[in-house]
Amino acid sequence: MTVSLLLAVLMISNFFVAASNDLRKYIQFSALQGWLLAALLLAVHHHLHWYVLAMVAITALVKGWVIPRLLRRALDGQSVTRERSPYLGPTASVLVCAVGTGFSLLVSGMMPLPNSHAASLIVATALATVFNGFLLLVSRRKALTQVIGYLGLENGIFIFGMLVVEDAPLLVESAMLLDLVVGIFVMGIVINHIQNAFSSTDTSRLSNLKE
Amino acid sequence: MMLLHFLFPAMGLLLAALLPWRAARTRLPLLVSLADLAVLLSQWGHPGPFLGAWLSLDALATWILLVIDVLMVLCAWYVPAYLALRKDRNDRILLMCLCAFCGLSAGVVTAQHLGLLWVMMETTTLATAPMVFFNRTPRSIEAAWKYLLIGSVGVALALMGTVSLSFAAHQAGMKEPLFIHGLISASDSLSAPWVRVGFVLLLVGYGTKMGLAPLHSWKPDAYGEAPGLVGAVLAGGVTSCAIACLLRAGSIVFPGSQGPFARELLIGFGVLSLVWAMVFLVRQADLKRLLAYSSVEHMGIIALGIGVGGAAARFALYHLAANALVKCALFLSVGNIHRAYLTKLLPEVTGAVRRLPVSGWSFLIAFLAITALPPFAPFYSEFGLILTLLGGGRWILGSIFLVTLAVIFLGMSASVLRAVQGPSNAEPKEAPFRDRFGTTAPILTALALALLLGLWLPEPLASVLSQASQAVGGLP
Repeated sequence: MTVSLLLAVLMISNFFVAASNDLRKYIQFSALQGWLLAALLLAVHHHLHWYVLAMVAITALVKGWVIPRLLRRALDGQSVTRERSPYLGPTASVLVCAVGTGFSLLVSGMMPLPNSHAASLIVATALATVFNGFLLLVSRRKALTQVIGYLGLENGIFIFGMLVVEDAPLLVESAMLLDLVVGIFVMGIVINHIQNAFSSTDTSRLSNLKE
Repeated sequence: MMLLHFLFPAMGLLLAALLPWRAARTRLPLLVSLADLAVLLSQWGHPGPFLGAWLSLDALATWILLVIDVLMVLCAWYVPAYLALRKDRNDRILLMCLCAFCGLSAGVVTAQHLGLLWVMMETTTLATAPMVFFNRTPRSIEAAWKYLLIGSVGVALALMGTVSLSFAAHQAGMKEPLFIHGLISASDSLSAPWVRVGFVLLLVGYGTKMGLAPLHSWKPDAYGEAPGLVGAVLAGGVTSCAIACLLRAGSIVFPGSQGPFARELLIGFGVLSLVWAMVFLVRQADLKRLLAYSSVEHMGIIALGIGVGGAAARFALYHLAANALVKCALFLSVGNIHRAYLTKLLPEVTGAVRRLPVSGWSFLIAFLAITALPPFAPFYSEFGLILTLLGGGRWILGSIFLVTLAVIFLGMSASVLRAVQGPSNAEPKEAPFRDRFGTTAPILTALALALLLGLWLPEPLASVLSQASQAVGGLP
């Protein structure tokens, strides 16, 4: 029950992200999704082994606190914190997000899954979140929004991983989270360089290199 | 013993960060890569496993790691002379990244757990991205951003594929679902739709890192703006790591019910890469972008070979080594030309064999080698692939392969010949760069090795190659 509720909240949070053009809101929702993922991890486990608790703590720390901090720091150096002219506006994004979510529910019904309500909802939420990540990646211009989109993609895969949560070794999962932190850190550095070199982080200005 | 292969790069990384003497620092990658090569040779024929069952130096790992280690020795040998020319730039990050790559590449190719494999590949992306914007120009920052973002998104899809395969194994009741040997032995009992989805995602993910068309959009930008040295590491090393990932996925999927589907998909991507590269190679005015599209072509050849399987898989693995050696020579010599002319664009670069006799000739010879001039190594593998395709009755594939290779040869030769022939228009006064021992010896060695490999495959190498080919569903 808790699992379904958390998944539903995650699905709805995607819509809020799609509806927004404010970079600060993106970071807040990204942190919120981080906390929700940690809660979800706690909820799907029937036996609370010590390493489950460790994994929940690491997830909350990394996705709920460290990464949002890194993103906020990258945002502090920027003069513009809104998406001024996204390729796809909020209304259209919400519509596309709705279509993507519906499609995810459809696809998850087609895959062979164990006969439980939670499993099919996990796959649907995972696909919807991945889809929303891609939507942000392609419909917005700011470099930081693209990082948020990538993060959404990663969150979706994390939800997908709940299907096999009992089998994933702690070490590998923590290494994945560490990779994510380092990745966001390096992206933050490059965003800084983009800001200095182009006096803006609008990625549509990154168009010197083409055939 | 094998763990030393990670320990030396870690020490090199630390020293590169701390050592105050620049001259000593710039020699660290060479020391690290030589030590790694020595470790690999001392471990020859001792597959492990190491660290429980997480790492193993099986035949596939031995072959690919040997290629990467030799490539890294050549590139690291070039580093001190190159950085002596770039005293204006901060060298620490480049040196740290090179050392890190030496260790991470070993992690990728020896990993026996799909999760660990993914972590290593993702870390490789992160470790190589800072090298792309070594020059700190707006163009190189743009290239690094695209490399980082597209690479990370691609590898994220591979993670999704990993989870799909893991779920398939989970449903089949496997206890530890991500160990590769377990997945191979259970290949037949895995849920077909999940394996199918998993392989598609793994192919798209690791194919992005390989630079298969149409997932290659970062490649011309990154190779075009990175220093020639970094281009060599990316085109020979990082792509080989990505191929290793794809081969691991293939070794799981090929024996099962989804094998034919997976093979067709690989052939499709391979052919598309060949054709796409052909279109963009013709009339390409930027020498480094030219090499990037050539890299797309050769990734296509390797994907095609793996997909066809049988004897073609052996040629594909052989081609991995041939491609790495010749690409190393190409990128390093174009790097030298870039230094001397201060541009890599065609109308301005002419008469390279006059201005830089060694680099100019090496560039020309390496171009002939990569377009399959006998007796260099790429000739042997490409000729073998064509014979396998035609001999197996795959007339259409064989003819597409032949036609694209011919057009690519003509298209590339137009650009390369314009660059090397004619009067030199670069005044040595503006850019006093000349060929020196340190900047040319690695290129000549790479070419010599490519020539040697085309003429003679020593017995220990041949047997490792045969075993590796068998591991990915090919003929010995």
